[in-house]
Amino acid sequence: MHDLQTITALGGATPRVDVFNHITITENDGVALASVAARLGREAACRKVLKKLLGAVPETGRAVLHDPEAGFCMGPDQWMLGAPRVSHELIADQLKTLFGDNASVTEQSGAWVCFDITGAAMRDMCERLCAVPIRQMVAGDVRRTVIHQLGCFVIRRTADDHVRIFGPRASAATLHHALMTAAASIA
Amino acid sequence: MTQKNRLDGGQIDTAIPMNFKFDGKSYIGYQGDTLASALLANGVRLMGRSFKYHRPRGVLSAGSEEPNALVQLRSGARQEPNTRATTTELFDGLVAKSQNRLGSLRFDAMAINDRFSNFLTAGFYYKTFMWPKAFWEKVYEPIIRKAAGLGSLSLLDDPDVYDKGFLHCDLLVIGAGPAGLMAALTAGRSGANVILADEDFTFGGRLNSETFGIGDDAGAVWAAGAVAELASLPNVRLMVRTTVIGAFDHGIYGAVERVSDHVAVPDAGKPRQILWRIYTQRTVLAAGAIERPIAFENNDRPGIMLGSAIRTYANRYGVAADKRIAIFTNNDDGHRTAADLHAKGVKIAAVVDVRADAPRSMDFEVLHGQVVDTKGRLGLTFADVKLADGTIRTLDIGALGMSGGWNPNVHMTCHQRGRPTWNADLAAFVPGGTLPDGMIVAGAANGDMSTAGALRGGAQAARAALGLKGRLPKLPAAEDAPVNLTPFWYVEGCSRAWLDQQNDVTVKDVKLSHQEGFRSVEHLKRYTTLGMATDQGKTSNMGGLAIMAELAGKTIPQVGTTIFRPPYTPTAIGVLAGRHRGQDFHPKRLTPSHTWAAEQGAVFVEVGNWMRAQWFPKEGESHWRESVDREVLATRGSVGVCDVTTLGKIDVQGVDSADFLNKIYCNGFAKLAVGKVRYGLMLREDGIALDDGTAGRLAEDHFVVTTTTANALPVYRHMEFVRQCLFPDMDVQLISTTEAWAQYAVAGPNSRKLLEKIVDQDISNDAFPFMACANITICGGLRARLFRISFSGELAFEIAVPTAYGDALMRKIMEAGAEFDVTPYGTEALGVMRMEKGHATGNELNGTTSALNLGMGRMVSTAKDSIGSVLSRRDGMNAADALMQVGIKPLDLGDPVPAGAHLMNADGPVDAAHDQGYVTSACYSPNLGHAIGLAFIKDGSNRIGEKMRLVSPLTGVDVAVEIVSAHFIDPKGERLRA
Amino acid sequence: MIIDHPLLGPRDSSEFTYLGDAKLIERPDPDAETATRDFYEYAYLRDNPAGWHEELWFHEAGDRSWLVVTRNTLTHEISKVEMARDVARGKGRSK
Repeated sequence: MHDLQTITALGGATPRVDVFNHITITENDGVALASVAARLGREAACRKVLKKLLGAVPETGRAVLHDPEAGFCMGPDQWMLGAPRVSHELIADQLKTLFGDNASVTEQSGAWVCFDITGAAMRDMCERLCAVPIRQMVAGDVRRTVIHQLGCFVIRRTADDHVRIFGPRASAATLHHALMTAAASIA
Repeated sequence: MTQKNRLDGGQIDTAIPMNFKFDGKSYIGYQGDTLASALLANGVRLMGRSFKYHRPRGVLSAGSEEPNALVQLRSGARQEPNTRATTTELFDGLVAKSQNRLGSLRFDAMAINDRFSNFLTAGFYYKTFMWPKAFWEKVYEPIIRKAAGLGSLSLLDDPDVYDKGFLHCDLLVIGAGPAGLMAALTAGRSGANVILADEDFTFGGRLNSETFGIGDDAGAVWAAGAVAELASLPNVRLMVRTTVIGAFDHGIYGAVERVSDHVAVPDAGKPRQILWRIYTQRTVLAAGAIERPIAFENNDRPGIMLGSAIRTYANRYGVAADKRIAIFTNNDDGHRTAADLHAKGVKIAAVVDVRADAPRSMDFEVLHGQVVDTKGRLGLTFADVKLADGTIRTLDIGALGMSGGWNPNVHMTCHQRGRPTWNADLAAFVPGGTLPDGMIVAGAANGDMSTAGALRGGAQAARAALGLKGRLPKLPAAEDAPVNLTPFWYVEGCSRAWLDQQNDVTVKDVKLSHQEGFRSVEHLKRYTTLGMATDQGKTSNMGGLAIMAELAGKTIPQVGTTIFRPPYTPTAIGVLAGRHRGQDFHPKRLTPSHTWAAEQGAVFVEVGNWMRAQWFPKEGESHWRESVDREVLATRGSVGVCDVTTLGKIDVQGVDSADFLNKIYCNGFAKLAVGKVRYGLMLREDGIALDDGTAGRLAEDHFVVTTTTANALPVYRHMEFVRQCLFPDMDVQLISTTEAWAQYAVAGPNSRKLLEKIVDQDISNDAFPFMACANITICGGLRARLFRISFSGELAFEIAVPTAYGDALMRKIMEAGAEFDVTPYGTEALGVMRMEKGHATGNELNGTTSALNLGMGRMVSTAKDSIGSVLSRRDGMNAADALMQVGIKPLDLGDPVPAGAHLMNADGPVDAAHDQGYVTSACYSPNLGHAIGLAFIKDGSNRIGEKMRLVSPLTGVDVAVEIVSAHFIDPKGERLRA
Repeated sequence: MIIDHPLLGPRDSSEFTYLGDAKLIERPDPDAETATRDFYEYAYLRDNPAGWHEELWFHEAGDRSWLVVTRNTLTHEISKVEMARDVARGKGRSK
């Protein structure tokens, strides 16, 4: 076993939590990610594996919030799958074994920062951040959009006051600043 | 302190007095006042000076159309120029100053301009300051700049935050007067998602300014009830203090919400204003109408205002514009003002009506005639009325209301391609042409001038917008008076009669403009500046059009209007910027070793939003060159490490990956063995270099492509274009992995020894030769990737781990490299080493250079098709004297080699016609001990050894140089294969 | 502007980057006798109509699809949005 320690996207040894009146912003360091793209002509086979793994295939604009592996649709015949990092550190290898030649699998764990936004003012906060129609979105709805000029995924989670944002990891500090400003603004 | 013009009633709360200061003097107003109403209540009529003549000015209006009463609000860093007193909500402690004056407001030294008004007519600047030419920049312009303009900026950083936001709705209702409220009620009751926005701080629109009722209630009471009902509906969002500033394509509207403008200082963290982008299916525009003035001699004195404004001040704010008031009107609405004021006990000196058949009144005198002149230096004292029989009667008054009819507020209907059409009954333009997508206009904005018409129009518009079926519900009863008006724009024979009060455009100026040949309404606007002030001509344009039409013998619709453009009212730059200012202007990207580099005291530079370490100063180093030279020498002498995470990385997988790379790179990739890396040059279809990088083959169907830092995004976009649009049935999948991996270059003769302490596999030259790549593990099991590639020209590797481990790997490399004195190096040292090696970067791949120019002409494979290959072969790209990349060194080794300097033949003219080429990159080489450069020179590869002149006439450089090979260091490449 | 993405529905045009004339899909045959001339026209000669125009837009802040958007350059009216990959296949680019 190696002795290299990870740091979080915000640079800490442990994830950061910021609590406001009606909003809590939590850096979520526990998600391992990999993208899965169906090979040409193998789309049906790829979907079959997805269905077996998640219970359903995430359709356009949707996530399947399954446990332990979950996934959402990124684009035509392309998905992002996630799972707890503690059990799925090698998620790309694990998925490649499952999908074989039916899909291209690429590790994405390091590419994204994940923030969980929870609280009564979650919708108000989203309205200050991006153009997603947050009030119309239901659990499992996913949108790729722009927050503070950064391409992000916005996922409505199961709890009514919970939205998850995946943003580019290198810009985690910028994204966090935008979240903090918006939270203060609506507090 | 008494408020001498305060009346009973109105929608102010006299229980909440508020102290404020205007030009240093203290006053008291009430909650619910605007600055303008509070000043009027205190008998202050003089509020500003005009732009050009510095004429004394008071309020003209009671709304956002105000041209005159512009003040400097607040002080210090929050000082805000050109703020309309008529829309400024009074708050306790408010401080305002008048502006555009030299000296005090009452004794403005610049008022001398008024005496010379004959010289300051339209086009004055164009005509007068033509000669001598040099005087414009040095003499005239600075003086004019100082004299002109309105308020001034504090020049301090704005301490407040501005926010942006996004809203979605089924129906946006703009304006909360009777039409807007009724539209919102109709839509809200149906369950639709509704946004109701109004620029005012109280909903109700004109209902707050009028005395007539709706149903059994006063209009304002009905409005308050409607607002209460709307507030109870969860599907309705009420936005007060929110100005919809523009209608954009496909149902997108911009709106500015003034969150904290009505308090002295915003609460902590709260924005001053929010710029909302509203996405809506349908829109009901219920923006109301704006009353227009009448032009007569000296119609700009403080105390002369719109009749409807006098009514608003009386009914809404409980303020009499003065104790003695007269009205000058061409329609019945003027009589309404007189009646309301009379009912409040204000003396109406007379209603002057241009119509012979004007209605009579028991309460006040109605004169058939016209106001022909006024008096009063700092405020109105007398008005001369010319009666129908030609006699003059002088009225002793302090306020005069002008009622010239109402203009529907068509502004927003024209933001796409709409052009208003003429309505003769109203003598006004009404919405016409193509309205913005999904917009329906209701109420006075649509020419329905009665309250009943507004309620009906609002309900119908909402029903039409949402496709609601069934019968129109019964609407409350309201006044339904017809418009009774005789068009009347200006008094015959007047000349110094103001149309645009802020920009000082008079009837005379419009006549002069016509006389000088300006026939188009757009030319009139630009020549006279009519309608170009902060109010954009909301009260002035119609008068100008009418006079222009008369002079040209045309009708007003034939003359047409100028184009209405967003924003509807002046909008602060701060709110357009939102959070994107200063350090947050655009996102920053931090590399995985950023924290570590900051600990080392690195100096950072921004590249493609990345913060990259530029160099790492050590104690005792006072100049950046010392640090950079040390880093270069240490790397070439032993080993250095550099964070190269910022290079774009694109994962390419699929059965056809190799064929795909064959298309996007001009050189071949099909035969690249698994476990090998190759340099690749991408061309655009026109044969110009797009980007370069490497591609490593990790498996038969898996490549990792790298791009330059700056081009990561455009290259990815290009690759998706080729994949989706040109070869849609190749089995290729692309995804960016730039940020997924932390990647470090470890370079120098001891790099292998260093990495052998970290990497779990055999990386000897035999096992892992130059241009090898592999998935490996490090430190006993962490997955990683290793590439044996070299940008520096040294024995070098690039090692990558998942980003979260990047910090740990950098620290591990430093620890393992301690015995070799491993040296971190930044982008400057990286640049020096690549120039010493003759490697091209963005300076060379600058959007004008071909493979041939770069010395890679033979790389463009003729054995296969690739993007750019066909046009690379055309004649123009293969001229005999084409630019070729070479190296440059000064003959006198102490001379500089500046980038951007041009090369000339050693003897011969020095001019553009004899240009031989230019230097793209230059640096000091600590290994060679002199400056070096890379350059493009005509027929360069055949000119090695030639002596030339390097010149930069702008910076006075003229240096003798020699053309050399671009490979200054290790031209045979022995080091990188060691 | 709002672009009605065939898969994702209405999206703000700010999520897209613009390339231009959709004729860029019709890359000439590099092996044709007239290839040089064909590519010259392909790379340099394109119409710039005031009116209806088929354009390429890339959903950069979205699903990374290239779209062919039929748009009126005068009114910004959009009459049709297609997946560029489907358009390319329809034009026989499947090899």
